[in-house]
Amino acid sequence: MSVPVQASEVPDRAIEVEDLAIRYHGKLALSRVTLHVPSHEIFGIIGPANSGKTSFLRAINRMDLMTAGMEVSGSVRVEGRDVRSWRNPYALRQRIGVVFPLPVGLPLSIYDNVALSARLRRTRKRADLDVIVERCLRRAALWDEVKDRLDSLGSLLSGGQQQRLTIARALSQDPSILLLDEFSIAVDPVTTMRIEEVLAELKSEMTIVLVTNLVQQARRLASRTAFFLTGELVEVTETEAMFEGGAQDPRTTAYVEGKFG
Amino acid sequence: MFEATAQNRRNRKVEGLFRLLFLWMTCMLILPVALILGVLIVRGGPAISWEFLFTQPMNNMTAGGILPALVGTVWLVVVALIASVPVGVAAALYLSEYAPDNRLTRAINLAIINLAGVPSIVHALFGLGAFVIFFRFGTSVLAASLTLAVMTLPVVIVATRESLQTVPLAFREACWNMGATRWQTIRKIVLPNSISGILTGVILEVSRTSGETAPIMFTGAAFFLPFLPQGVLDQTMAMSLHLFVISTQVPDVPEHMPFGVALVLISMVLAMNGISIAFRVYLRGRKKW
Repeated sequence: MSVPVQASEVPDRAIEVEDLAIRYHGKLALSRVTLHVPSHEIFGIIGPANSGKTSFLRAINRMDLMTAGMEVSGSVRVEGRDVRSWRNPYALRQRIGVVFPLPVGLPLSIYDNVALSARLRRTRKRADLDVIVERCLRRAALWDEVKDRLDSLGSLLSGGQQQRLTIARALSQDPSILLLDEFSIAVDPVTTMRIEEVLAELKSEMTIVLVTNLVQQARRLASRTAFFLTGELVEVTETEAMFEGGAQDPRTTAYVEGKFG
Repeated sequence: MFEATAQNRRNRKVEGLFRLLFLWMTCMLILPVALILGVLIVRGGPAISWEFLFTQPMNNMTAGGILPALVGTVWLVVVALIASVPVGVAAALYLSEYAPDNRLTRAINLAIINLAGVPSIVHALFGLGAFVIFFRFGTSVLAASLTLAVMTLPVVIVATRESLQTVPLAFREACWNMGATRWQTIRKIVLPNSISGILTGVILEVSRTSGETAPIMFTGAAFFLPFLPQGVLDQTMAMSLHLFVISTQVPDVPEHMPFGVALVLISMVLAMNGISIAFRVYLRGRKKW
């Protein structure tokens, strides 16, 4: 399927971050991050706990506005535009899908979970919603399992199903960027592989930032990978090179080889 | 094999002692409740009849029924609910969902705690000054109910806030990340999953005011008024004040009457609590996450 695009409309850098620093109540959580994420790439972020990975994602979709004590300095540009120049951060967030470490099935029916984003944007026609719900559930590899019980509660699905529901809900936003924060933490290996296949397909339509605690997952999916350590960006390198001993920093090599973290 | 040491045996003994002590304290707690209910039923029970509930007081309140007081208390509680619920729920929504954690918010929280600690007689005088005199509602159902509403506002806010906080933060975060505003999140997720808890909590708290005497004494409750209130600007009788009056102010009241009034009053409160608790149990049965 060919997607007609005008070259001028699609910037080749989906996300540009310059000298980003994040503080919580004045305490530095992440500093001196400069990196670019090209469009239609899966960009991996690895690093041990407390290295600032989640904070980084929150800065991209301006969740600092909803988080007490979180301050962001430096610049984050999404599709060429500084996120702080969006007068309406809600519109920015609609363009960015987010998947959390623990699946969040909202206490609504499966159908309503996936239809929520469209409804927030005032899509009311049942037929339109039906199309969105089926398309997103299919793409998240969940449709076959839930198509006969769309009215049951999304929050009562199993962990792996809920995580795919979360992905379907993120896709229903029709996002140009998808942020995944350690999505496989509460998901069994088989489901993880299915989701990874889905992500590989989605790459043609959107830019994906994949924060992961599994370095091998980054290796399987990401074309380039950033290594965060204790609130600093150590390096950004082609993923294969990083795993083949081509990392610029010895700490990165040690981490991907499982020597710490 | 395992051999119990002296220390083990001592621990077990102490464990047993404390268990007994706490059990005993708990039983002590039941005692006053049982006594109050028992005395009221034994001594007030014979007074209860259709006639007692549904006729006017007669012979200077030494005979007849309690209809105006019963109806008056229902009026007071319902109008107080109507006045306090919207304000209290809105304030709790602001404090729980919007307020930044700053000095103003902390000052408001402190004010709520202090308001809850104000003695009811002070509320009564405030109500007299504010609603009866300043707003010129006169001594009326409206003035008395508003006084009760002000008095219950802090507990309504606290009950509502607690109910809102039972909805996990992760649900809110998921909505915000989708581009939902705070209000959209409240309307789609937070309120639908807490409204029943809010309502039961609020009904429970406000129904407790049906027993309050001081706040309504100067603001709307009448000593003796053999008419039912026709609107919120009428005065009314009320159960709590009626109980006080026939117990202390009127000579020659037959002994079973005050006990009967007390029994009806406590039954009203218990019934509301019962409905509230039943509702809560029912809701717990269909948990959504």
